[in-house]
Amino acid sequence: MSRITYREAVKAGLREALIGDPHVFLMGEDVGRYGGAYACSKGFLEEFGPERIRDTPLCESTFVGAGIGAALGGMRPIVEVMTVNFSLLALDQIVNNAATLRHMSGGQFSVPLVVRMATGGGRQLAAQHSHSLEVWYAHVPGIQVVAPATVTDARHMLGLALREPDPVFIFEHALLYPMEGELDESPPADLLHAAIRRPGNDVTVVTYGGSLWKCLQAAETLAKSGVEAEVIDLRSLRPLDMPTVLASVARTHRAVIVDEGWKTCSLAAEISAGIMEGGFYDLDAPVARVCSIEAPMPYAKHLEDAALPQPEGIVSAVMNLVGRHV
Amino acid sequence: MNALETPRRAAPIDRQHALDLLYEMKRIRRFEEKCAELYSAGHIRGFLHLYIGEEAVAVGALRALTPDDAVVSTYREHGHALVRGVPAGAVMAEMYGKANGCSRGRGGSMHLFDAGRRLYGGNAIVGGGLPLAAGLALADRMQNRPVVTACFFGDGAVAEGEFHESMNLAALWKLPVLFLCENNRYAMGTALERHQAQTDIQAKAAGYGVPAAAVDGMDVLAVEEAARTAVSIVRAGGPFLLEARTYRFRAHSMYDAELYRPKEEVEQWKQRDPIRLFETRLLAEAILTPEDIAALEVRAAADVAEAVAFAEAGPWEPVEDLTRDVYTPRAGDSSGRPGLNTAAASDADKRRPRP
Ligand SMILES: Cc1ncc(C[n+]2csc(CCOP(=O)(O)OP(=O)(O)O)c2C)c(N)n1
Repeated sequence: MSRITYREAVKAGLREALIGDPHVFLMGEDVGRYGGAYACSKGFLEEFGPERIRDTPLCESTFVGAGIGAALGGMRPIVEVMTVNFSLLALDQIVNNAATLRHMSGGQFSVPLVVRMATGGGRQLAAQHSHSLEVWYAHVPGIQVVAPATVTDARHMLGLALREPDPVFIFEHALLYPMEGELDESPPADLLHAAIRRPGNDVTVVTYGGSLWKCLQAAETLAKSGVEAEVIDLRSLRPLDMPTVLASVARTHRAVIVDEGWKTCSLAAEISAGIMEGGFYDLDAPVARVCSIEAPMPYAKHLEDAALPQPEGIVSAVMNLVGRHV
Repeated sequence: MNALETPRRAAPIDRQHALDLLYEMKRIRRFEEKCAELYSAGHIRGFLHLYIGEEAVAVGALRALTPDDAVVSTYREHGHALVRGVPAGAVMAEMYGKANGCSRGRGGSMHLFDAGRRLYGGNAIVGGGLPLAAGLALADRMQNRPVVTACFFGDGAVAEGEFHESMNLAALWKLPVLFLCENNRYAMGTALERHQAQTDIQAKAAGYGVPAAAVDGMDVLAVEEAARTAVSIVRAGGPFLLEARTYRFRAHSMYDAELYRPKEEVEQWKQRDPIRLFETRLLAEAILTPEDIAALEVRAAADVAEAVAFAEAGPWEPVEDLTRDVYTPRAGDSSGRPGLNTAAASDADKRRPRP
């Protein structure tokens, strides 16, 4: 175990991928000269050269589409879309090409593409730069969606994604890049399973990505009031590891889902429905959701703080569920 | 047509005109320097894209518009907003996130709006404003309003589909759009020649049948003249692409390591500082005195200080108003649209015992 930042972890994963397979190349806006908008590829241009570290013009639809084409043509592209906000310009290529080509061609073609992007709010970047739209991607059959929340996942998920024959989308919460954590050198078993980050018996808190740390903080507060929360990090957003969630709910009988997306039609809604379908008789209370307020993200800090899930809100959602039953 | 090649006009510069242009540029410069200071002090947050080095473009180009014309801008738009007449206090307050900001503190630096001045926003998605400009121009045309829409965007935006699609649509439908490319040679860390195969941006217009010109974006008079010519062509019925060749003196946003450009290049461009160039000329031609210039500086500093005071004194928007203006209030609603702004309430109180 060693302590490293999330950014260093992502960078180490990328570096390993580039060294390990000559077909792997990285492309996106400002990945080369600039070193990556979040400095995840600093020094790569010098180390790997401009053939494999490709600065693209600002043309999200086209460079994601070109990534799909290069994957079809036998390369192993890693496409960095600076943030999820700009990935909206590439949605057509993702939804209509990356996700469909395998099925639509009757299994003749696969698209072994990895797309990475930063996501999330909390940096006072206002409405167009603070989206958490992972659920839009998680909605689409034909692609896989993962969200590394820990430095270990940030380090290893890319390598695991590169073993998949189909498109994998990696969402990195922008607030996590400077975060330090203990790195486990051995890769996790797979991309598919959720992880229990904190065991507990009183309530199941389901989350992913940047919200994990808020949930763990809330769990510490709850522990002081004698409420032991089990915190589940989904890791994979498509497919969802519902068996792990349901097994936990079967023990705790209560669930709170914390998701930085807007509540309406959210991942939290999907997980809640999954609990209803598979764990209804285990529940002692309705499933609760802590999500972002249903408004575009405001710039002013006090408003942004109020719009996003916060540890205090998670604590009160849990207390509301367990309070009268403990 | 290429305005870069037009000879310097011989007509003497009007003194008041010179004072106005110089003052506007100095006010932007002072304002931006203040923003940088306030960012370091933590009063301004988020992304902050400064316009230092590019002042002549906004000041020259916006002169060619009337108050009825529309302006669509980018996230590097403080200068555009100020020249358009948005009070400096309202712009500064917006950056503080205060309710007396021009967007109530919801938008911040990248999203300055002013309906009264037909400023349709700073847009933080590169290329995002171009289709809006085409649509605004369409609406004006369809309602027989003899006005134009000026749309600012950077060289980086030229790579996006929106640029090409908007140029084509505007040409096809003869929409009165002035496409105004602020070519500062960099899209974040990517130099023009690393993101464009054809680096002569104005030349791209030919492919869409759109008239175009390039102008020295460091020469405020040249920009003004080129913009006046361009706007007259647009008013007569159809789009025009004006490329202003300029340079940003600071990092892309507040901080970046600037690994992507040599320091000497920045220093070289600073020799062509638009404010200094203009001052030098005005002094040489004895249109202004050093005292005139010093007085402008004092005035600009005072205006910016007043803007800061306005921002400091402004109120915060109450948190209860967070979901206000997600939708337009309907007649009879007092608080937006109930049911649209809030998701269903919890059922936790209707608890039944487990069987
Ligand atoms: C669609 C989109 N992609 C990427 C970004 C991130 N980004 C913000 S500004 C910028 C560079 C734009 O350069 P340019 O258009 O030349 O304008 P400048 O910043 O130089 O004024 C980039 C890549 C964005 N905001 N929107």
